[in-house]
Amino acid sequence: MSNDLAKTPLDSVHREAGARMVPFAGYEMPIYYRSIVSEHNACREKAALFDVSHMGRLRFDGVGSEALLDKLLTRKVSDMPVGGVRYGLICNDTGGVLDDVLVSHLETPSQQRYHLMVVNASNRVKILKWIESLLPEFPKVTFSDRTDITAMIAVQGPLAIETSKRIFHFDISKLKYYQATITNQFSKPVMLSRTGYTGEDGYELVCRAEEAPRIWENLMLVGRDAGFSEAGLGARDTLRLEAGMPLYGHELSESIDPLTAQLGFACTLGNRDFIGSDALEGIAENPTPMVRVGLLPDSKRPAREGYPVLNAEGQAVGEITSGSQSPTLSRPIAMAYVRRDDVSSNHLQIDIRGTLVPAEIVQLPFYRRS
Amino acid sequence: MTRDETKLLYASTHEWADIEELDGVKYATIGVSAFAIEQLNDLVYMDLPEVGREVESGDELGEVESVKAVSPLYSPVSGEVVETHGELPDELEKLNSDPYNFGWIVKVKVSNDSGMDTLLKYEEYKKQCSESA
Repeated sequence: MSNDLAKTPLDSVHREAGARMVPFAGYEMPIYYRSIVSEHNACREKAALFDVSHMGRLRFDGVGSEALLDKLLTRKVSDMPVGGVRYGLICNDTGGVLDDVLVSHLETPSQQRYHLMVVNASNRVKILKWIESLLPEFPKVTFSDRTDITAMIAVQGPLAIETSKRIFHFDISKLKYYQATITNQFSKPVMLSRTGYTGEDGYELVCRAEEAPRIWENLMLVGRDAGFSEAGLGARDTLRLEAGMPLYGHELSESIDPLTAQLGFACTLGNRDFIGSDALEGIAENPTPMVRVGLLPDSKRPAREGYPVLNAEGQAVGEITSGSQSPTLSRPIAMAYVRRDDVSSNHLQIDIRGTLVPAEIVQLPFYRRS
Repeated sequence: MTRDETKLLYASTHEWADIEELDGVKYATIGVSAFAIEQLNDLVYMDLPEVGREVESGDELGEVESVKAVSPLYSPVSGEVVETHGELPDELEKLNSDPYNFGWIVKVKVSNDSGMDTLLKYEEYKKQCSESA
């Protein structure tokens, strides 16, 4: 494999576990260890461990951090208390999505407060430059890229929180969904955040890069008997698709705005100035002709990204952005952008490699945990 | 009869061919190697060719889909499709455990030997797999 790919701090752990490694966003990442479906099912039924160290971790310190973030993000974060986590988007002036991110407001044990932003691996360099261009307006903000000196692990599944009690001094069940804290593990700081990208309960942690293998091995040690599995990017994708969550490069791009993507909940509009706010207010008044939907193809064969969506008359009215066999539902599922006018008719078809297949529009998510 | 994987011929695109001669006519039974099935991971769909179709070696015979991707299935030989394994698409999970017997996909009546000389013996194919893994 090419030498210009970066390795995460858990690279050797993955190789020892028999992972199949693939290039992804400039990193060598595990696509699966044994099989996508078994890792997917482990996450839904027990718990799964994901190395998400490839995602960018950007830190904002100092006076003005909140003002900078409020200018950058579709979601207001200046009113977020310590311990809060919010999902938001970074848009360009025309409302196109540059990235979707999580921002946490954290306090170190020495009572230093800062904000941590987690960005998509594929967008890290673009977002770094975007933020650096804003820094002159906020001279007291210290902005640092913590990606290379830290690692990030997601532990997701119904047993994730319960099992964490045997590992961490901090009781993660005390965090509500979308809350985060910093605790000490092996006398080193670890950020714990009750968030995830699978539709399951669970948490994500950020630790120092050199601590990551020991934490991962401890998690597997206490988890293996409980049915934990390591899980790769393959299962991460099928899990997020079932949970109806967008993925940058598929449902999100610079030519799609958050409202068309049905992410209005992550946009605080009205009396707020942020980059893209004027454009988004315009789009809120005059929606774009397209909308993101969930589709159930009436087929054994999965619909995939790029396949055309047609109306009953056979006119092209949209395109699949993500599609796969759903391991939980044992049937194909897909997300697509479809013309708003054709959504109500609900007589859509998908061109699956030359065969027209009826498809039903369904409310997202495809899967909701009980 | 159990097929011996070490006696089969392999295309560099991971199909195996078991070539038998009957009344002076060669027939190739074709499937996908255990290595490729493992790499494909979690098969969900297989599309078989129609009986009677004429194929050249290297032509697409059908498609195999895993959870993640669509992969073409190429014909290692030239000839006419004379039989397809109709039960296979409904029992793809058996491909993992038995790729060389239950896992046969099509039978082709070989019309000419074009492409046959490019097929690999088991040891050569294994070497190719170990280099790509």
